Amino acid sequence: MIWASLGILLTVTALASALCWIVRQPRIAEIVNLAAATIDCLLVCWLLVVTPSGGVRGVGNYLRLGPLGLWVMLCTAIVYFLASLHAIGYMRRMRKEKERLNRFYGMFAVFALTLFLAPVENNPGLFWIAIELTTIASAFLVAFQRAPETIEAAWKYVVIATAGLSLALLGTILFYWAGTFTLGPSYNMTWSRFAAIAPLANPGLVFFAFLLVMVGFGTKVGLVPMHTWLPDAHSEAPAPVSAMLSGALLNCAMLGIVRFLEILKSTPEHALAQTALVMMGALSLLVAALFIVRQRLIKRLAAYSSIEHMGIMAMGFGFGGALGVMGALYQMLNHSVTKSAVFFGAGSTMRAYQSKQIAGIRRVLDAFPVVGLLWLASALAITGAPPFGMFWGEITLLQGGMASGNRWAVVWTVVILIVVFIGFLSHFRRMYFGRPPTRPPEAAFHWTELASLALAVAAALGLGLWWPSSVWAYLRAIAHHLGST
Amino acid sequence: MPTLSPTGLNQAILDLIAMCVLLLTFVMLGSHWIRNHILAFAAQSWVLALLSAFIGFSGHYPALLVIAGLTLLFRGLILPHLLVRILDRAHLNREFAPVVQSAMSVVMGALCVLLAYGAALRLGQAVTGQSPVTPVMRIGLTSLLAVVLIGFLMLVLRREAVSHLLGLLVIENGIFLGSLILMPGLPLLLEFVVLFDLLLIVVALGMFVRYLRAEIGSTDSRALDRLVG
Repeated sequence: MIWASLGILLTVTALASALCWIVRQPRIAEIVNLAAATIDCLLVCWLLVVTPSGGVRGVGNYLRLGPLGLWVMLCTAIVYFLASLHAIGYMRRMRKEKERLNRFYGMFAVFALTLFLAPVENNPGLFWIAIELTTIASAFLVAFQRAPETIEAAWKYVVIATAGLSLALLGTILFYWAGTFTLGPSYNMTWSRFAAIAPLANPGLVFFAFLLVMVGFGTKVGLVPMHTWLPDAHSEAPAPVSAMLSGALLNCAMLGIVRFLEILKSTPEHALAQTALVMMGALSLLVAALFIVRQRLIKRLAAYSSIEHMGIMAMGFGFGGALGVMGALYQMLNHSVTKSAVFFGAGSTMRAYQSKQIAGIRRVLDAFPVVGLLWLASALAITGAPPFGMFWGEITLLQGGMASGNRWAVVWTVVILIVVFIGFLSHFRRMYFGRPPTRPPEAAFHWTELASLALAVAAALGLGLWWPSSVWAYLRAIAHHLGST
Repeated sequence: MPTLSPTGLNQAILDLIAMCVLLLTFVMLGSHWIRNHILAFAAQSWVLALLSAFIGFSGHYPALLVIAGLTLLFRGLILPHLLVRILDRAHLNREFAPVVQSAMSVVMGALCVLLAYGAALRLGQAVTGQSPVTPVMRIGLTSLLAVVLIGFLMLVLRREAVSHLLGLLVIENGIFLGSLILMPGLPLLLEFVVLFDLLLIVVALGMFVRYLRAEIGSTDSRALDRLVG
């Protein structure tokens, strides 16, 4: 039943992609893609309920479905649904690309498919390939509007991400090598096998391999200093793609680091590996905050905010313990929905004002009361203001930090979060108030743009106001599984 | 020992082939004619196929014979062919105005090899716990780290889009070389998917090279300076 559902999910997404390529009708393609996204979303929710907490393995031990992977898939499914809804209105307004729109949706579904494939892989090598495939699929989406900037962004993205991921492959292979000393030259590569060999292998080699994997997948996560592709790709992609990159892709890459950290959990190097991850997160947070304060372009602002949040999540997983991991996971879901809303709002407003610059946008509320209000709410949510869900994620995570003995990191995070709060919202103050713009914005949003934005903000608010205990029990189970204690 | 433990002649052949791979990496690093890079890459892949077949025979790993064939076909023929096509379509021939002169880049490459050798000795010692590291481990780790480092050096020192693509392929070849020597029993599946992935990357980046020429008018990475901050 579980595997059938997963099979349906993957097949539906693949079929939707194929159909989009075949029919060549943008109007049909957008409906097909949205239908696939809706089905995927429902199926992931169903899987979340029926999958036992210990996880299941199947399909010749190649696939593994567990709570952690499902949580990442849930983030992906929600963002895929929201982005597909938003894309309908947003992409229709692209005049030049009208004929090629069906290819956009075809590639969009392929991108989603690769994102669904990664968390269910039971083989670290296949997981690596799935992450690598996400790069290629999303690069074409980034470059969908053929302009010098988008091509530049896509090129840098592929080259940097592939170079970084080659280090992750090297790390994975060194893990395999570490296993050959106890298991013999040939054995099946699975996550649990790696976890079994790690305590027996040489600690130096295991830690070296972990560092390679962290840097490798960290490139895809956007951890500083390997983040350089991220602001370019996020800012130049169409808004729905930016949302998918930020809300789904980064989580999948983060899953790689978390899985390898889990492998190390009963080795003497675990604490050192955790500290390494906390340090990477702390550095990402600092650099992101500096670029947020001085930012001039709207979508780059949101992109640096993604680096900031990924840094916070890296710290949460690095803190470990029940609270650290639960906070990081809750943060992941909240970041996915909230950042989608920020990108949706940014995309629509940028279109209306015909400007990528923060300085080009003024008095949003006067022109668009509803969209403006929702976008402002999403900005508040992303900076971690209560009552939105992000706030609770961050508080839980920081409590985990205090419990884990990384007090310096907690103080560091709090200070930087305040800086980001002021910096981020001061940009929004300039966009919402100030002198009226010289040229009035183009009005009229498509209802799908409004609906996706409203849904995303409602979800962010709902996650803050309503705390179902079952969700926390679910997260606690994941944390228990990941933690060494 | 889980890894290979050849003696005498076999070890010498292994060393020789690994050195050939390293030497061909230097050919790529030292020359500024992109066509030479592609030829050197193809030659390197053939040597890797030879190595794979040799280890398969001498170490009794039948799967490696399949991998040797696949390597010859994909890395040795299809990928170079695709690269030459990209080059011809983009009317590229050589790297103009390189960042550093070829002599300097070769010296930097040599430093990378020294670094790799030092790291290999340390890592090998840590893993086995014995002071003189076994020759197989020494050559395996050194060539793995050296080729990967030189691949990254190529990414840094080159300005031409196609050279970046070649740098990525050299890194993958280095990982493949190291995994052949150190862990000949690596599952066949991984090599399959890596080859598939390489093919996709070359095709995708080939398309992007076309877009780069169409939209930016150049495949020089110095022209990619619009997105900053």
